[in-house]
Amino acid sequence: MSDTHSEAARAIAFVRTDMLPEQEPPATTIGFVGWLRKNLFSSVANSILTVIALLFIAYVMSGLLPWLFQSVWNAGSLNECREIMNATWGDTHGHACWGVVKERWLQLLYGFYPDHLYWRVNLAFVLTLVAMAPVLFSEQLPRKMLIVTALYPFVMPWLLWGGSIWGPIAAALGFVIGYYAYKILEPIAGSLVAIIAAVLLPVIWWFGLSGLITGALTDLMPIGIEAVQSRKFGGFMLAILLGIVAIGCSLPIGIVLALGRQSDLLLVKAICVGFIEFIRGVPLITLLFVASLLLNLFLPPGTNFDIILRVMIMMTLFAAAYMAEVIRGGLAALPKGQYEGADSLGLNYWQAQRLIIMPQALKISIPGIVSTFIGIFKDTTLVSIIGLFDVIGLSNAIRADTAWNGIYWELFAFIAFLFFIVCFSMSRYSMYLERKLQTGHN
Amino acid sequence: MSDLVTDREIDRSKMQISDEIAIQITNMNKWYGSFHVLRDINLTVNRGERIVIAGPSGSGKSTMIRCINRLEEHQQGQIIVDGTELTSDLKNIDKIRREVGMCFQHFNLFPHLTILENCTLAPIWVRKVPRKEAVDTAMHFLEKVKIPDQANKYPGQLSGGQQQRVAIARSLCMKPRIMLFDEPTSALDPEMIKEVLDTMIELAEEGMTMLCVTHEMGFARQVANRVIFMDQGQIVEQNEPEEFFNNPKSDRTKLFLSQILGH
Repeated sequence: MSDTHSEAARAIAFVRTDMLPEQEPPATTIGFVGWLRKNLFSSVANSILTVIALLFIAYVMSGLLPWLFQSVWNAGSLNECREIMNATWGDTHGHACWGVVKERWLQLLYGFYPDHLYWRVNLAFVLTLVAMAPVLFSEQLPRKMLIVTALYPFVMPWLLWGGSIWGPIAAALGFVIGYYAYKILEPIAGSLVAIIAAVLLPVIWWFGLSGLITGALTDLMPIGIEAVQSRKFGGFMLAILLGIVAIGCSLPIGIVLALGRQSDLLLVKAICVGFIEFIRGVPLITLLFVASLLLNLFLPPGTNFDIILRVMIMMTLFAAAYMAEVIRGGLAALPKGQYEGADSLGLNYWQAQRLIIMPQALKISIPGIVSTFIGIFKDTTLVSIIGLFDVIGLSNAIRADTAWNGIYWELFAFIAFLFFIVCFSMSRYSMYLERKLQTGHN
Repeated sequence: MSDLVTDREIDRSKMQISDEIAIQITNMNKWYGSFHVLRDINLTVNRGERIVIAGPSGSGKSTMIRCINRLEEHQQGQIIVDGTELTSDLKNIDKIRREVGMCFQHFNLFPHLTILENCTLAPIWVRKVPRKEAVDTAMHFLEKVKIPDQANKYPGQLSGGQQQRVAIARSLCMKPRIMLFDEPTSALDPEMIKEVLDTMIELAEEGMTMLCVTHEMGFARQVANRVIFMDQGQIVEQNEPEEFFNNPKSDRTKLFLSQILGH
């Protein structure tokens, strides 16, 4: 028994005496050739599919490229375009007429905004980029830039709508009042009283006192810039304006709703669930009609509640409901141990949420959050249905002009291009952010 | 294989058990729905004690120590930690959690923060320690668990044993007076178990009051001053380790010991 055992052991015993040198991988598996073989020609079936796909791409491009590049830029009407096409290429098909974009691009971008004030829109746009930069690239840029971000919500509307400077200052003052109310009351009366005061006092200020005081100040020192009516707003600028507000406000509201939905407090939970389910159960277009038509019935007669403001509120609430569900998904994906880890260290609920739970839940939800952002940004085109002249509304208006009656592709291609730039940027940024926040091995 | 956890002599000079009571649990009961998980638990822990809690899975040992810092709520009876009774009063709960450190089976480190940030977070936010001081304390404890060079890595880049040692350091940064261990080595490879147990032994040598739920009987034999055996939600037997292992009284304990020491 023991003999056979040791013989077997001798038969399988093996000791390596010299180590093998490192070798180059086979030439056909690396470099460009390797890539081609692996991705395009890995088997007969794949090679056939590759060839078919290439033929299909060539076919599409043979139509698309001449349309894009053998096109007419200098024409004042569709008929003029066609004449030029006939004269140059002998037919009117398969050539784009970019004359419409060349003639109307300012209108498509700015709507009916007064053209001597375009600089204000441009400045507001630049300000938007500057205000977003320290939030989006928090590691590369100094934290001090966040001051611009804090001032932005007051400066941007003032630039666009114009008017007295005291309005935005009074609005900002409300937040200052809230902050100091909390700061002063918290040590004296406890955090609950302080929070209530910090909400109540600014509300009293905004709806009660600020109107009187700004009125008086405007009479005393009429500092301001030319006012622009909301109905002059339009074009791609309107999409960006609505998009920024809806995106910027829906994330914090969504976070609060998601937390509320998980709350142990029955009333809070019921309100959040009710809100989310109601908003998600109704088409956005219905909400927009409510904003444009029905809301006036409920407001006291004579109140001037700006249509763009109403649309902004509806779009924000709509996006917030979706956001809440996306973030709830992120919260659900967090292991229970993270809550327990935070609890065991003595962090209170808000500290745990802010420092431990939310950073991780939001990171998990990035793809969903950005999808919602992109979705709501594209949904801004729905305002054309309630009579606002955004890009889609304007394209209809342009076609109503006899000069451009019958032009479709070029206008929509241009609009699609504008939206694609913004949406694609958002998508790329989210991928960058995911990479940046990657902290594990995998 | 010897079941000793360490070959070196354990320094018992600071392992003093004082008369001061650290934890007092009286007639504590807990239910999950209608399932009676903990039945009439009575336990007094003096300062400086090192208690190992053993028992089959589902016996309620984890649940019991999780009640001590209110990760689980008890429905009946009384738990007094450091003179503060655990009630639904959030102030008391926060106070107790500040004084009681806990290590989990799955470490529960915060993956989005570096090792150093994991260790300084609670001192800065809960104890309001200045950042500089918190970093110094954190580095001190990271050195103690022998991984100061990993301070700027993320938990996901460390091995399981290293992560558990970070978790211990993270708890120690809060300067707790009591440490709870909930199966700290159950998720680790054998090699890593030793490094974590070594850290726990050092902690015991400094006189820390410790409650450990663990299956490491070598640790119980060498370090604990008392072993508690639980089954079906109740304390079945408790004794000094020597007596507990060599001369168990109840049949249930004998069966359990024969199963885990038998091979």
